[in-house]
Amino acid sequence: MTLGQNRWLPHLILLVGVVIFVFPIYLTFIGSTHTAPTIARGDMPLTPGPEIVDNYRQALYSGVGERVRGTPAVMLLRNSMYMALAIVFGKIAISLLSAFAVVFFEFPGRMFFFWMIFITLMLPVEVRMIPTYAVVANLGMVDTFAGLTIPLIASATATLLFRQFFLTIPDELVDAAQIDGAGAMRFFWSVLLPLSRTNIAALFVIMFIYGWNQYLWPLIVTTSRGRETIVIGIVRMIGSGESATDWNMIMAVAMLALVPPVLIIILMQRWFVKGLVDPEK
Amino acid sequence: MRRRTLFRNKLLPFLLLAPQLAITIAFFFWPAGQAIYQSLLIEDPFGLRTEFVWLENFQIVLSNPLYLEAVRVTVIFSTAVTLLAMAPALLLAVMADQVIRGATGYRTLIVWPYAIAPAVAAVLWLFIFHPNIGTIGQGLRAMGFAWDYRLHGDQALVLTIFVSAWKQVSYNFLFFLAGLQSIPKTIIEAAAIDGASPMRRFWQVIFPLLSPTTFFLLVVNIIYSFFDTFGVIHAITQGGPGRATTTLMYRLYRDGWVNLDLGGSSAQSVILMAAVIGLTVIQFRYIERRVHY
Repeated sequence: MTLGQNRWLPHLILLVGVVIFVFPIYLTFIGSTHTAPTIARGDMPLTPGPEIVDNYRQALYSGVGERVRGTPAVMLLRNSMYMALAIVFGKIAISLLSAFAVVFFEFPGRMFFFWMIFITLMLPVEVRMIPTYAVVANLGMVDTFAGLTIPLIASATATLLFRQFFLTIPDELVDAAQIDGAGAMRFFWSVLLPLSRTNIAALFVIMFIYGWNQYLWPLIVTTSRGRETIVIGIVRMIGSGESATDWNMIMAVAMLALVPPVLIIILMQRWFVKGLVDPEK
Repeated sequence: MRRRTLFRNKLLPFLLLAPQLAITIAFFFWPAGQAIYQSLLIEDPFGLRTEFVWLENFQIVLSNPLYLEAVRVTVIFSTAVTLLAMAPALLLAVMADQVIRGATGYRTLIVWPYAIAPAVAAVLWLFIFHPNIGTIGQGLRAMGFAWDYRLHGDQALVLTIFVSAWKQVSYNFLFFLAGLQSIPKTIIEAAAIDGASPMRRFWQVIFPLLSPTTFFLLVVNIIYSFFDTFGVIHAITQGGPGRATTTLMYRLYRDGWVNLDLGGSSAQSVILMAAVIGLTVIQFRYIERRVHY
């Protein structure tokens, strides 16, 4: 359907788009391969420098440079990874169970409970930050792993997605399972869970990125350096953004912060696109 | 939709719902209720007595010139971010929809910023636009332009808007592309046979058919620009210089977390909650109607 149109124009516009999206990551990489003084003088070349190994080693294992007193990136990466995985598995587990209950059981208050979960879609963690912090503080969970992850686990999005998928499962399948003598939980494990694989993969990608990229909540809930996530850690390293700081190390940490989620999105693109775009929203 | 075959069990469904409900009640409903309750109280400076004051907190917040300034910044910021995140995404999606060779490659290269945290995106662009060390920042100064987002409020606002929009384009791109691909090609061909030019085909056939996607994205982008952009602002400008980039969300963080004004920040939370709930309700009502036609 490009009758009479310029064949090269779409490619040209797309290439400009790609440059705008790839340029910053390229410069970040370049920044992570030069020395701090080279960058601070403002004459960083546009080609990779020789300091790549030293910079990443410093970022990963020390986190401390001339000006920056940061946390070693291995620790930051570990904290982010644990947080993201806890959020992902927590969200998927509780959402599978609650969607299963809402779709396959008849019980008093079914729709009421469904709406109770549904309405949480409207309250991002940011708006209820301070009262949620108060709850977490009362439970003694400030600066703990539980306090960091559990408030982020409740997920209307995942529940809605599984509910929608479960509604498309034909009644005959349930009949067949019941005739074969399978109880509810057996049906869940042996029929429903294997059928949900694609949806689980899609949610895995979306929720991993959501978890890895959390900012405001970790910022207020974690107080000790040892629990900092990499997104928080890097912003703390920048401080007020002076010219003469350890930009080489900061850029190495920036690369380390963006590689895991970017790899996941690129490797699992098919499921990610399906999970994000397909469900009727 | 109702199922014919259901499992019969009195206790099990409640057990299955329990984890989700426990978390939802503890970390959604209870805090939201607390926010509403606190927004009706005023605490004395020593925290010794609290007084029930009805809507006085809201009166104080809404008559505070600093808050009104944050409203103004938020309106400018959100409008600009939403437009800048959506228009290029639509353009790129229309182009990607026409490309046959290399479409997946382009998609991969355009989609990846979705995976980046707003705060990390801020770090990447800060490094580029830094007035002394950034590649573009230095270039702007070399051309005689007094570029320094740390001193000039309007420049800080432009930079935070740009970074926030940049990060969101890929999300919009995916939805626009999916929307475009679901438009039956026969309709577009029919318009072409009737002699409609490509521009006319776009504005009179494709764009109207895309309107549900556009409307959905409009709401999502407004909500994004309200809340998720906190990381961008916190990393680059901390709401400054002056209060040039203090949005409502940043104001809430300042008043509630840094200045510990419980009543005032609760009132601000309630106002923001009302705004999000309003937007979401509009969105779902609209989509409901679309499904029925």
